[in-house]
Amino acid sequence: MGLTLVASTQIALAQDSDAAVRGKAKFDHSCAPCHGKGPGDDGREMLPGTHSLKIKYGDTLPAALEDRTDLTSEVISVFVRMGAWSMPPFRKTELSDKEIDDIASYIAVSSRAGN
Amino acid sequence: MAVLPPNVSQQQFDAAIERLKSVVGDEWVFTSDADIHAYRDHFSYIKDQPNELIPCAAVGPDSVEQVQAIVRIANEFKIPLYSISTGKNFAYGGPSPNVRGSLTVDLKRMDRVLEVDDKRNFALVEPGVSYIDLYNYIQERGLKVWVDTPDPGWGSPIGNALDHGIGYTLGPYRDHFSAHCGMEVVLPDGEILRTGMGAMPTSDSWQEYKHGFGPDPAGLFGQGNFGIVTKMGFRLMPQPEHWRNGLVTVPRRQDFIAMVDTVNYLTDLGMIGEPWYSGGLQALMNNTEFAEAANDFNEEEMDRQALAAGLPSWRVELQFYGSEGTTLANWEYAKELMARNIPGVQFTDGESLPVPLTDEQIQKSSTPYESAMRRNITQGRPGLGIWYMTGRTDFNPNAWNETHIGLFSLVGRGGEAVFQAQRDFADISRRLDMPGFFPNSLAVPVNWYQNSFLMGNGFGAAKGNSPQQKKDATRLLRRLLEENAKLGYGDYRAPPILQDDVADQYSFNNNILRRFNEKLKNAIDPNGIISPGRAGIWPEAYADLRGALRED
Repeated sequence: MGLTLVASTQIALAQDSDAAVRGKAKFDHSCAPCHGKGPGDDGREMLPGTHSLKIKYGDTLPAALEDRTDLTSEVISVFVRMGAWSMPPFRKTELSDKEIDDIASYIAVSSRAGN
Repeated sequence: MAVLPPNVSQQQFDAAIERLKSVVGDEWVFTSDADIHAYRDHFSYIKDQPNELIPCAAVGPDSVEQVQAIVRIANEFKIPLYSISTGKNFAYGGPSPNVRGSLTVDLKRMDRVLEVDDKRNFALVEPGVSYIDLYNYIQERGLKVWVDTPDPGWGSPIGNALDHGIGYTLGPYRDHFSAHCGMEVVLPDGEILRTGMGAMPTSDSWQEYKHGFGPDPAGLFGQGNFGIVTKMGFRLMPQPEHWRNGLVTVPRRQDFIAMVDTVNYLTDLGMIGEPWYSGGLQALMNNTEFAEAANDFNEEEMDRQALAAGLPSWRVELQFYGSEGTTLANWEYAKELMARNIPGVQFTDGESLPVPLTDEQIQKSSTPYESAMRRNITQGRPGLGIWYMTGRTDFNPNAWNETHIGLFSLVGRGGEAVFQAQRDFADISRRLDMPGFFPNSLAVPVNWYQNSFLMGNGFGAAKGNSPQQKKDATRLLRRLLEENAKLGYGDYRAPPILQDDVADQYSFNNNILRRFNEKLKNAIDPNGIISPGRAGIWPEAYADLRGALRED
């Protein structure tokens, strides 16, 4: 099943903009270490950010950001620039406004593809 | 929230900002409240208070030449600078400066991995490179060297090393500052210095011989304020072919002494990676009778109850890097030595795995005993999995760790010294009424630095998150540091709000160390513009700010 999901995302990315491709690279680099779908360290089921959102939203929203359909660039900007709980804010030298737009483009694709 | 640098008018500040924009471009000078927000310490004890350590602005250079230009502008306008690399030094102040109103020099855009050599085993990087970046660079190219990473991998090898940070593999690599080899520094007057063989323009050995010729000033740039480091070399551990672990347990409390002696011997012969000590009796703390004995340091009673429960008093998990054969031989030798020194010692073989470990092997230990060892960091795999400690978890679903601070004291690297520290820390915490962090007879050291033990005694000591509670907690931490120092326990690292307090305690010969550093500081940086107050080193220009953060 994992391969099918990866393939469907790749097809969706190929059909989408360069922005989504850039966004995936940036997501993998800057977001996925905490908010990715993989397991956490030391046998934990989820990475810390994903786990935190699972507790916060229960079944009302997906825990993994890549499955969220409500994350526009504006919404992501609020969390990235302000920080949220134990996630500190990110500076523009780390993540530019344009890169946030790219990440939003990627998440729009990944959530559509059922990644 | 906007703040100005100390003793700088709005007009001068505006002029300086224009000059900075001409150097790096408008896009990379940050002055708005919204942008400055990300340069605050997210975990600060003094957040939103009038003395919060907020910069006046931030500037993001992309080259050494731009850093030089920024330093010269700062001298001209007498604006204090505070440089950050990736800005993730959380628990030790994050990106926040020592002086409110400093100009933050954000080096994140200087993020080039300049060289990695997996035959001569070194890297040369810029400050904006993170451990994750360096790891990815190595993996993408199939290079056979490891990164020795601290727990969160988003930090910078340069920033971490300069704050004397640590890792978790073999001893020579765990001490990140000692593992550096050669640095490039922009001095307070804007000149560029290279240390070690970097001082010889034609040398091919910058990352292989750190001493060069004559006095080596490299140490001044670690926890110092003598320049802005723009490049740094690091020795890298070659990727081993095999990894193995194993557990040693001992029955009696006093066995810890011989256990530590034996581990020290193996460590200093280079036969083991970081040993992970743990107490074997924590489960008994729910038993009132045992808890009373443990808090009273009643060793005879503790031993009796440990024996009755069939539990070991102490555990140490050992790990070995090498080939399958050498790791097995070293483990067998460790067993032989331990058995020779400690009656009743027991061993449990762990896992024996070819390197690199698979993702599954990294993520989940199948060791036939409960392992405290965090597998990814023992394998040089940086990540952020550890960040669960700061945030929302099943055990803490409605709050997060808003005050994140890490205090660790140096303790003698021996079992008796640890016992003494346990008693001292317990006594101090009783006197200071710090039951939330109550060291007792089960507390163990960490052996992050090969040649020394550290014991935690102030992590997350806040008793709540209101401004007054944070203030009270900070006051308590200051008292803790004072009391520790009276008994010889000094901290290795501290956030800006406590750096004066820690520096005070290194007081031999009327604080000659600090006086010496300040003499140098005033000579090298007459305007005092580079990180004034860092590590308690205050230049004359800002001397009136010494200890100012102690005033509530």
